[in-house]
Amino acid sequence: MNLTLKIWRQKNASDKGSMVDYKVSDISPDMSFLEMLDVLNEQLVNKDEEPVAFDHDCREGICGMCSLYINGEAHGPDRGITTCQLHMRMFKDGDTITIEPFRATAFPVIKDLIVDRTSFDRIQHAGGFISVNTSGNTIDANAIPINKHDADTAFEAATCIGCGACVASCKNSSAMLFVGAKVSQFALLPQGQVEATDRVLNMVKQMDEEGFGNCTNTGACEVECPKGISLENIARMNREYLKASLKG
Amino acid sequence: MALDSKIPQGPIADKWTNYKNHIDLVNPANKRNIDVIVVGTGLAGGSAAATLAELGYNVKAFCFQDSPRRAHSIAAQGGINAAKNYQGDGDSTYRLFYDTVKGGDYRSREANVYRLAEVSANIIDQCVAQGVPFAREYGGLLDNRSFGGVLVSRTFYAAGQTGQQLLLGAYSAMNRQIGRGKIKMYNRHEMLDVVKVGGKARGIITRNLITGEIERHSAHAVILGTGGYGNVFFLSTNAMGSNVTAAWKAHKRGAYFANPCYTQIHPTCIPVSGDHQSKLTLMSESLRNDGRIWVPKHMKDVEAIRNRTLMPKDLAEADRDYYLERRYPAFGNLVPRDVASRAAKERCDAGFGVNATGEAVFLDFASAIQRYGKETAHVKGLDENDAALVKTLGQEVIKNKYGNLFQMYEKIVDQDPYNTPMMIYPAVHYTMGGIWVDYNLMTTVPGLYCIGEANFSDHGANRLGASALMQGLADGYFVLPYTIGDYLSDDIRTGTIPTDSKEFEDAENEVRKTLNFFVTNEGKHSVDYFHKKLGKIMWNKVGMARNVKGLTEAISEIKELRAEFWKDVKVPGTNEEYNEELAKAGRVADFLELGELFAKDALDREESCGGHFREDAVELDGEQKGEAKRDDENFAYVSAWEYKGEPSDAVLHKEQLEFKDIELKQRSYK
Repeated sequence: MNLTLKIWRQKNASDKGSMVDYKVSDISPDMSFLEMLDVLNEQLVNKDEEPVAFDHDCREGICGMCSLYINGEAHGPDRGITTCQLHMRMFKDGDTITIEPFRATAFPVIKDLIVDRTSFDRIQHAGGFISVNTSGNTIDANAIPINKHDADTAFEAATCIGCGACVASCKNSSAMLFVGAKVSQFALLPQGQVEATDRVLNMVKQMDEEGFGNCTNTGACEVECPKGISLENIARMNREYLKASLKG
Repeated sequence: MALDSKIPQGPIADKWTNYKNHIDLVNPANKRNIDVIVVGTGLAGGSAAATLAELGYNVKAFCFQDSPRRAHSIAAQGGINAAKNYQGDGDSTYRLFYDTVKGGDYRSREANVYRLAEVSANIIDQCVAQGVPFAREYGGLLDNRSFGGVLVSRTFYAAGQTGQQLLLGAYSAMNRQIGRGKIKMYNRHEMLDVVKVGGKARGIITRNLITGEIERHSAHAVILGTGGYGNVFFLSTNAMGSNVTAAWKAHKRGAYFANPCYTQIHPTCIPVSGDHQSKLTLMSESLRNDGRIWVPKHMKDVEAIRNRTLMPKDLAEADRDYYLERRYPAFGNLVPRDVASRAAKERCDAGFGVNATGEAVFLDFASAIQRYGKETAHVKGLDENDAALVKTLGQEVIKNKYGNLFQMYEKIVDQDPYNTPMMIYPAVHYTMGGIWVDYNLMTTVPGLYCIGEANFSDHGANRLGASALMQGLADGYFVLPYTIGDYLSDDIRTGTIPTDSKEFEDAENEVRKTLNFFVTNEGKHSVDYFHKKLGKIMWNKVGMARNVKGLTEAISEIKELRAEFWKDVKVPGTNEEYNEELAKAGRVADFLELGELFAKDALDREESCGGHFREDAVELDGEQKGEAKRDDENFAYVSAWEYKGEPSDAVLHKEQLEFKDIELKQRSYK
């Protein structure tokens, strides 16, 4: 396949940035999208040009490091996957592909396609944990039986990889799917009940301070989420928040 | 320097308890005056950072990723072992200890493994208390599965994402401490050297990957939890950024490197599809619980399948060779990883590989789908003879257990594994070798500790499935926090370590010199060009089967390639910016040294054991004909290599392994 790539180039956080066109040829449909970018970068290095900077690490869809806004969609045209699992068989010979970073006020660009997502970490520092010491002196694991349905729902919420596609897909740059998933995981488990009130209040407060927008229920986040995190998590967070506020 | 493993005296079951009762402790008020650096934030580093901060030490944690939660432990799929005996199938601390030592082909340190088995049950309690959502049964209790190389069900799991859930647990424990200001977190920072002051590890030099800034960080002790070095093969199941640099720099500063040749080639990975490939993807070993491995019996069927004139699911049962079940009736598809990998290679080398490159075997779920489908139909009172219904029900069960893996497979290979068998082939996965540590997890450099995959101690020559997560968390949560206290008790009056000393300055200058060399060298080839070449040498000559000729050639080829690299490598851009090529150049430079030591170690070990298979060391006759032949008389030692400049000059120190509680036997899975 021969392709034209329109890629966002931005030297650093203070640079203005612009779209630049590149051509790649002989791309195999079995390549992953990032392997296609590897080919481009090898080409650029050999021409003494600077390669395109993009985040990636595990390349098997679990670390959440890769991002990319491809043809107007977070993680590109396929569903239920991250960019590293997107394969070139989703594209056609002669296609023009637009590649941009995830855009949001709370995700400033570091370079080219790399953005700073530490705002997610700061939300977690505010309350994304259960306050138990790591001494091992806890009760036996089976002394806390958990209904399978609740355990499975908590697990589904916990599979969020923190990639930020939800924020990038939202017209308001809302992080509520991410925060909702984190709040839900603990809200669904008996171990998480003790701190439930503080947790949701603190995390939501931090989320607002980071400059994420509000949720207007368009559901774009759920559609683009590579892990299929459900909108129910936002509803659950809102319930938890209301409950906590009333308790207050 | 003679190696002292510092194993406590007394019966094996009492060693750890006695040890803990007699070590020096640091009073809580003094812990505030002590700084600790933790490099790496995977299961080992993350759990250590959280626990040390909770104890009261001032922790600085470093990772090269943009968040500690992205460390490659996150990609571990299958599960974590613990001797809970919840299934009542005869499990115990001793049995987990025994299986791990046996699985490691009797090349691990008995006392360390016993301690690991001993603390394993605590890990599960701890993780559940932290809110890790393990899989549960309908009664609300924890579920278990079994894994290769053992006869009990002791593996706890969270679908095919166990590593992710455990890492998020450790990360949440870290978050709590970051929020309290007890951990200072440095994301996107790479460690480029260890600094020794007065013979002790007292700090590190790092590069800020965003700005290129070179920084000095001091502490009273330094802990490396920086993972394995499988990427020396270029293609492996490791993340793209996984590297040996931190461990290698420690080695150059005096930490002995142990058993570099012990590499695990994992049997169930997605086969290589072409030259463009950047990494390999693992399909969890847990799949072997339900999947049956086979190739066709007859060459004509192999050809028909390759030409796509025959669909694999249409080949008659009688014409299939379930070679693991045939060769190892007692363990069947659940033989340990090294045995399963070699058996796959043997069939493919004989010409029975089922894909275009001839390097793939089938992993088939058809019979599991039938079995589960019938069982579910029976439970629900539906018609067990309705083939379509049984298939649908069975597929649902499989989806519940392995859904994410099946999805991953389908995205990569473009085939639906619910309806056609998966194709798999062995790939480099885990490195059992690593920095040598004593019972305290301290390296040969005082004050420098090494935990998790980065050290060598617990897995011997081969790692059993679901043991890596156990070791990472055991080291970080439960072992190191005790052992390091004993060392730090001497440092309560030391005060902050200054970073303006000559030692820090020299180390920083050296780091700068190398970085400047890379960005100013006017070479011809990219970093990947050299990395791929190194990977080819490693895979062809230092891979799954090794011989004297190949290893000798590999040593000289790697040396040549290294010389070419330092002459001809090309790195665009500058140091003072985000520069991925520059970061990669430093990592590959270290791989080019490690690779040679790796081959040298493999050459020294004239036996076959675990992940190290020498073609000249096989059983020649009897029931075990063709199987790996271990040589306990001459090789029951840990090879600990001391750095002396060039890898070829490295000096071998031997830690003789003593087995007082386990009898050394040939591993038989027949």
